[in-house]
Amino acid sequence: MTELSFKPVATSHEVEQASRPSLSYWQDAGRRLFANVRAMISLFVIVFLLLMAYLGPFIWRVDHTEQHLDKTSQAPWVNRNAILISEDSPWQEVVVAEPTGTHRAPSNIEVVGEARTTSVGLKWDAVPNATAYRIYRHILQPVAGLPLGLPIGETENGTHVSFQDKMDIQQKTYWYSVVALDDEGNEFEEFTSIEVRPRLYITVGEALRLGHITDASNVEPGDTVRLDWHPLGTDYLGRDMLARLIKGAQVSLSIGIVAPLFFIIIGILIGSVSGFFGGVVDSILMRFTDIVIALPFLLFMILFMVWFGVEAGGSGIPAMVVALVLLSWPGVARLVRGEVLQIREHGYVEASRLLGGTNRWLIGRHMIPNTMGVVLVSFTFAVPATIFTEAFLSFIGMGVVPPTPSWGAMCNDGIRTMEKTPHELLFPALFISITVLAFNLLGDGLRDALDARMRARE
Amino acid sequence: MPRYIAMRLLQGIFTVWFIATATFGVMHSIPGDPLESDKAISQEIRENLEAKYGLDKRKITQYGIFLLNMVRGDFGWSFEHENRRVNDIIAEQFPVSATLGVLAIVFAGLGGILWGALTALYRNKWPDVVIIILVILGISVPSFVFATVGQLGIVTLNKTLGIDIPVAGWGTVWHMLIPALVLGLGTMAFLTRLMRTSMLEIVNADYIRTARSKGVPIAQIFARHQLRNAILPVLTVLGPSIAGITTGGFVVENVFGIPGLGKYFVTAVQQSDYGVIMGTTVFYGAFLVLMVIIVDLLYAVVDPRVRLNK
Amino acid sequence: MTETLHNPKPRLTATPGWQLTKYALYALVLCVVLLLLLGFITEKFNVGATSTSAVNFEDNTITLSLTSEPPQMDSTRATDMVSGMLLGHIMEGLIRYGPENEILPGVAESWEMGDLSGTFHLRQDAYWSNGTPVTAHDFVFSWQTALNPATASQYAFVLYPIKNGKAINVGEASVDSLGAKAIDDYTLSIELEQPTPYFIKLLAFFTYLPINKEFYESREGNYGTNAEDMIYNGPFLMSRWVHDKDVRLERNERYWNNSQTNLDAIEFGYITPDPNTALNLFATGKIVLAGLNAENIERALTERWRIETHSDGSVFYLGFNHRAERPTSNLNLRKAIQQVCDPEELVFKVLKTPGNLPGESIFPVWLRGVEGYFRDEFPAPDHKRDVASAHDYMNRALDELGLDEPPSLVFLTGDSAFSSKHAEYYQSMLKEKLGIEIKIDKQIFKQRLAKMTSGEYDIVAAGWGPDYDDVLTFGDLFTSWNANNRGLYKNEELDHQVEIAQQSSDPRTRMEAMDRVQHILYEDAAIIFEYERGSVYVFDDRVKGVTRRSVGTDPDYTQAYINPEVDN
Repeated sequence: MTELSFKPVATSHEVEQASRPSLSYWQDAGRRLFANVRAMISLFVIVFLLLMAYLGPFIWRVDHTEQHLDKTSQAPWVNRNAILISEDSPWQEVVVAEPTGTHRAPSNIEVVGEARTTSVGLKWDAVPNATAYRIYRHILQPVAGLPLGLPIGETENGTHVSFQDKMDIQQKTYWYSVVALDDEGNEFEEFTSIEVRPRLYITVGEALRLGHITDASNVEPGDTVRLDWHPLGTDYLGRDMLARLIKGAQVSLSIGIVAPLFFIIIGILIGSVSGFFGGVVDSILMRFTDIVIALPFLLFMILFMVWFGVEAGGSGIPAMVVALVLLSWPGVARLVRGEVLQIREHGYVEASRLLGGTNRWLIGRHMIPNTMGVVLVSFTFAVPATIFTEAFLSFIGMGVVPPTPSWGAMCNDGIRTMEKTPHELLFPALFISITVLAFNLLGDGLRDALDARMRARE
Repeated sequence: MPRYIAMRLLQGIFTVWFIATATFGVMHSIPGDPLESDKAISQEIRENLEAKYGLDKRKITQYGIFLLNMVRGDFGWSFEHENRRVNDIIAEQFPVSATLGVLAIVFAGLGGILWGALTALYRNKWPDVVIIILVILGISVPSFVFATVGQLGIVTLNKTLGIDIPVAGWGTVWHMLIPALVLGLGTMAFLTRLMRTSMLEIVNADYIRTARSKGVPIAQIFARHQLRNAILPVLTVLGPSIAGITTGGFVVENVFGIPGLGKYFVTAVQQSDYGVIMGTTVFYGAFLVLMVIIVDLLYAVVDPRVRLNK
Repeated sequence: MTETLHNPKPRLTATPGWQLTKYALYALVLCVVLLLLLGFITEKFNVGATSTSAVNFEDNTITLSLTSEPPQMDSTRATDMVSGMLLGHIMEGLIRYGPENEILPGVAESWEMGDLSGTFHLRQDAYWSNGTPVTAHDFVFSWQTALNPATASQYAFVLYPIKNGKAINVGEASVDSLGAKAIDDYTLSIELEQPTPYFIKLLAFFTYLPINKEFYESREGNYGTNAEDMIYNGPFLMSRWVHDKDVRLERNERYWNNSQTNLDAIEFGYITPDPNTALNLFATGKIVLAGLNAENIERALTERWRIETHSDGSVFYLGFNHRAERPTSNLNLRKAIQQVCDPEELVFKVLKTPGNLPGESIFPVWLRGVEGYFRDEFPAPDHKRDVASAHDYMNRALDELGLDEPPSLVFLTGDSAFSSKHAEYYQSMLKEKLGIEIKIDKQIFKQRLAKMTSGEYDIVAAGWGPDYDDVLTFGDLFTSWNANNRGLYKNEELDHQVEIAQQSSDPRTRMEAMDRVQHILYEDAAIIFEYERGSVYVFDDRVKGVTRRSVGTDPDYTQAYINPEVDN
């Protein structure tokens, strides 16, 4: 072993990095949040919903109050090719002389003109001794011995052998049955049915007005025009569901975000003052908080809504927000007070105080920033709760005032038509669920990211 | 301890007084008139009605009379159900709401704890995923949608299986089952989440690690330490929920045609039925206050770390 | 401890999963025990569980549902339809309506009725359910009680045709001065204030039902609150009333015409305002009748249930506020709005249910006229949507009001789901056709009435149901002295015509006066008649003999029977 066997190691000035770069509390929390896939997806969903609510109206430029009574409760996929006709011809009642014979079922039943979604005209041959005819409409083929369907109307007497149905006709197959009535108003057993499939028609004038055709001279009756597309269908009054959902998003999200924002501010103020000063101030404020918590929430919500009342033409949103704020702040106040009480004991606060920090400085610089974590988390949980409250109020008829749509109100409308037109319930319910879910998951993520200790508490 | 209880009860009484006063104030400043009716009534009849309900006196006198009667436990007459006393309404409808509520709370509590424990135990495995999805559904669908869809579900179930679960009404076990589940669903979902977080938190606690390193069987650790300690935070939120649920879900009672107290909360306000509004609010407030006190006391019994005279 | 170390693979029973399963089993057992316990207690305290099927052949019973709990069953105070329907089954007045709305003897066996007085001879075999006879005193007592200002009955006005009725009610006369006297136990003499041709029809109304004084007083103010706090003289008696849950009516064995009653019991087993719940009950075979709405008709069709329609007799209209400070006090503005309204569109595209008739007049089609139906004899004013003439009216209105553009108007409406849609329809339609901005004012019931009374609205959605079977029940609605004329419409000719109809006993004179009224209301008040309400419902074929009425007990099950042919 010579001295050559040893060589001095080059002096390295690089010190092995033993720690991560120094991160502030918020940077650290942010990093953890960004790593949380579920929370990030939720965040994107929320941003998307907000964009939809506030930028949506500029992209989907359909008036959410515009009604089309000719296409109510339409599913998104319904056929929208309409046949052009020149003008509506007035309905002509068919009246015949008293017939003779022995037949008991109205024969030769036929559709007068075209079967349209605006009206279906029927006429038939008279039955001897009939005092009137009753017209039924069914969506299934009638079977003898079973009910014929919806009693849609009756004719004036036995010589009137025609009927025009205008009631809520959709583009699907109907079976009309006509049955004669005897002089006591009882139905004959025999009936005649006809299968009718009404189609969408539009008059030239109407098509011009709605802008489907630009010039009446280069079209002729019988041509088809494509009517407006409703990607999410239409509602009970034929309003575009997408436009209403967008408007509803504005309303529901505004209530869901603005109300919590206000009550959280109040909660922070009361909570931090109470926690910081302690003593008598604390006792009084906390007793008051306890009392407000003990107020029956929904009961007072309804009472307040009625109390504030809604101006004619108002939307009812301000009343709802005020009521929500008045009743919801105590939770936050308690939470903030608890945090402040803990922070107050920390050394750095004591140090700051010794260095001459005023109360305002202490609250503003130390207390409030350090409680932001808790506050943020409770905010994300307050949003879905508020959206639910709004939905419940809509359910009992005390929500926003029409024509302002909200998701809750739309859900409540949709629930009635659940079986007939599920899209009217599905879409608003879906939006509520997605929003509630996104805020909840974001809240979870935030809580995990901001403070590991908080995970044990709720 | 007795001193603490007395203190809490005193505070409770103060709270109930405040609730009563607030309700009285709000109610009497609501625009509109409880004596209005579909068919207009004459001035003479109006005066008689006012005399009957004591509305002809000054507000402050009315308030005094109300407080005096409240102390005696008498809430007067209903405006809507003219010949019925508010006390009778509460006495007859509350037991129904309470029965349903107790059941819902037990479903929610036990269900929440079990599901929560299960998800924590099989974290990120399929039971966890399935249950979490169900929980998400539970907390993100409005209750009226649930109730209505649930009822339609019973109809379909009856039809396909040829069984006969009642869709509405009250009287037997079968009338309670589904409404109680629907009523407890939201709380159950909430408690499941709470339990899961709580369980996961404890897995890393020092005493669990100690127990494990000592070689205590994992089943025993799970049962003796993890589960028991995780339940504590769940208990705290149960208090207010008990009051909320037992006094009735308006939605569930309405949809399932259950003769409970819940619907009176809403209809009384809508009909400006002063007597019932006051009676139900004060009753509900008192019940809530009592429940919170009881839960706090129970909590102290369960968790020795909590001392009552803080 | 060492054992555990030597046994690295824990037995299945020692895993946390197993432990949890064990707890889950405990929990399940606990739940079941609790369920059974609560069920037991509930069944114990609930008299008579809810019945099991819509039609029960063995017990000869049918089951139905009520939309709301009857507030109380005291006939002097009843106001709502549910109470009225029940009272029609458990009580009987001097007369009752037959299946064709004909007048049949009730407690009164026979009567002589003049212009200003009448004598009623009561049957001697009419008994209360406690065995005491129904006497003339019971009627006098009931009517006096209803008119007594201390009772503060809202429907006391129905008794005003009786002499001194109004004076007693406003406190100007003592109850003893009432023009109804019991001459003896079975003879009742009635004096009228003025000729009232429809008085005999009024006698079937619930405020005219008898009450046994002795029993009423024995209840010390609780009369009518519970099944045991009443006695009955109708075809049925109330054997059970669990508040908010169910009402059971049973055959009244003491009823004089008991042999004509077919059913042994009618069970109103459910009380629910939710139409979907009622339909689900029907779907599971629990009730005989369930109302339908536009949204669930399709389900009824898919299931091939029997669907029927019925007109409930009421008229719905848009009324204006005629107070001078409101723009709607301007006739041309009212006419402009009236001209763009199309009742057919409303009925077919917004209401979407059969049974409703497009409104044409304040008088519905079922009212009787001189000989036949009033509306056949005196057709309603012709109305057709006419946008061009509406714009003419509008221009004149703007001139008169000194405005540049159509005023915005407050549309007062209720808090139901339908009233919202209804208001939205008008809002959009009036905006499109006339450029009028409508502010919807949605209020809960009492507030809406308060606002109508104080006049804080321009247009109000209102309806009126008949109290008795005569044109006047609608005809006097807009007289200047009627407190229900909350829009304060005042027209001297209308007032005059109504006075004619009130005082005359000649049918033709009366009907001609009413014909004037319907034209004045159309042309001058410019009321917008929207629709005559009808309901559409599913019905169980096995039950027959049910009468539906526009005025009086509806639905009437007193003559109902179960069709034996279709016994499963």
